[in-house]
Amino acid sequence: MSAPVAEILLRSEAETAALARRVGAAVRPGDVLLLSGDLGAGKTAFARALIQSLQAEHGAAEEVPSPTYTLVQSYRAGDLEILHADLYRLSDPDEVTELGLEAEGALVLVEWPERAEGLFGPDAVHLHFAMGEGDLRTLTLSGGAAARRLAPVMAA
Amino acid sequence: MSDPITILGIETSCDDTAAAVLRDAGQGPEILSNRVAGQAELHAAFGGVVPEIAARAHAERVDLVIEAALEEAGVQLSGIDAIAVTAGPGLIGGVLAGVMAAKAIGFAAAKPVIAVNHLAGHALTPRLTDGLAYPYLVLLVSGGHCQFLRVDGPDSFTRLGGTIDDAPGEAFDKAARLLGLPQPGGPSVERAARNGDPTRFDLPRPLVDRPGLDLSFSGLKTAILRARDGLVTAQGGLREADVADLSASFQQAVADVLTEKSRRALAGQTGLSGFAVAGGVAANNQLRSGLQSVAEEAGVPFVAPPLALCTDNGAMIAYAGLELHRLGRRDGPAFPARPRWPLDAAAVPILGSGKKGAKA
Repeated sequence: MSAPVAEILLRSEAETAALARRVGAAVRPGDVLLLSGDLGAGKTAFARALIQSLQAEHGAAEEVPSPTYTLVQSYRAGDLEILHADLYRLSDPDEVTELGLEAEGALVLVEWPERAEGLFGPDAVHLHFAMGEGDLRTLTLSGGAAARRLAPVMAA
Repeated sequence: MSDPITILGIETSCDDTAAAVLRDAGQGPEILSNRVAGQAELHAAFGGVVPEIAARAHAERVDLVIEAALEEAGVQLSGIDAIAVTAGPGLIGGVLAGVMAAKAIGFAAAKPVIAVNHLAGHALTPRLTDGLAYPYLVLLVSGGHCQFLRVDGPDSFTRLGGTIDDAPGEAFDKAARLLGLPQPGGPSVERAARNGDPTRFDLPRPLVDRPGLDLSFSGLKTAILRARDGLVTAQGGLREADVADLSASFQQAVADVLTEKSRRALAGQTGLSGFAVAGGVAANNQLRSGLQSVAEEAGVPFVAPPLALCTDNGAMIAYAGLELHRLGRRDGPAFPARPRWPLDAAAVPILGSGKKGAKA
């Protein structure tokens, strides 16, 4: 993993959601966001808030269920295709290719990306959620150019 | 009575590849065969993680499962009146595998194909097993779904509420993961809970303090994690009794939430012929007894189908297809596989997350 480019302390799920909306406003088609962290760290809550904030700009937001069982869920926000995947149940990294996450121009959110280590290129944005006391979470952003582009919203 | 009718049902929307043959000769539906291709041995072989990506696995197995179902039923394709297939919601590759098989068979054998919503299959199961009359209330609880539905007909569902985050089956699986218990989590948590003290850990009852029928289970997972880590820090590890007590406390919390919300759901409806539970989590005995008691309080019969018909299966799809067939439904060769397909298209999306709950 590349060096961290930003870090933010999140005090509540509401703050996580607010950050997700700011990240959502700064992402571009083709961005791949890898969300890592333990069970309960807030990965799905972050993805849900981000997806719904993008959809809300184009009319009504949809329900964003956990992708744990379906492995991948797809959404639309205007012309943007959004894929939300959870790789936890994969037994072999090669299986990722069957999920169709390489869709051109799609925004891709991946939970448990470590199940397919090496499959995501150097441009992928890594967001790691570390659990602290109570509701506290530390979110670390790392990656290449796309991560550096997102760094300013982490501080906002 | 209506004419005898025989339906082939195909279900491939999640992990299981399933097919069944159902016949109604006028005396009610009879399951002639109900085959589910082997998830149990896959679980055993791969240490709990479901190993297959649905698309490939389903494509490889679906023809064999259909063949086995027809053979067991002693029915040839020519003896089938229609093919019912799950057309969503679910993992798109899996759904497609079933839909393509159904269309191919329908084309080759010149039989109509009926697109069935997976959730409708679950929601109509109490009619297949117990002949429950419309309208009734069903709590659909599975790995991927949790909702209260008022069922007024085979294509008339009103969603009264549902989970704003995880479904209970997922919560059981994740609780099991956190406690080092085997997958699937439902049976293993229930087994561990048998010797546990459900009052030892004061776990939250999410959204019970709020009006309405929406549910939340994501926070319970975090609460289990905190309790577990607290014990590990305090005593250097988890004792067997701790796992039992955590399991029992968790199961109690899930059952309490679902029971209390069921009580409210029943109180808000009139004219119901019964209250039913469907989906894999319906296998949990503590939950069943809680739901049974609220049905008794409300003075309506309680229906809990046998486990083999609560988990994903082809018979429920065949049955939903049978009811739709009687309504005259036939789907042409062009119907799509739908990864998301709400049963109640008019329902307002449940958008909230976590403690803040649904946001308007």
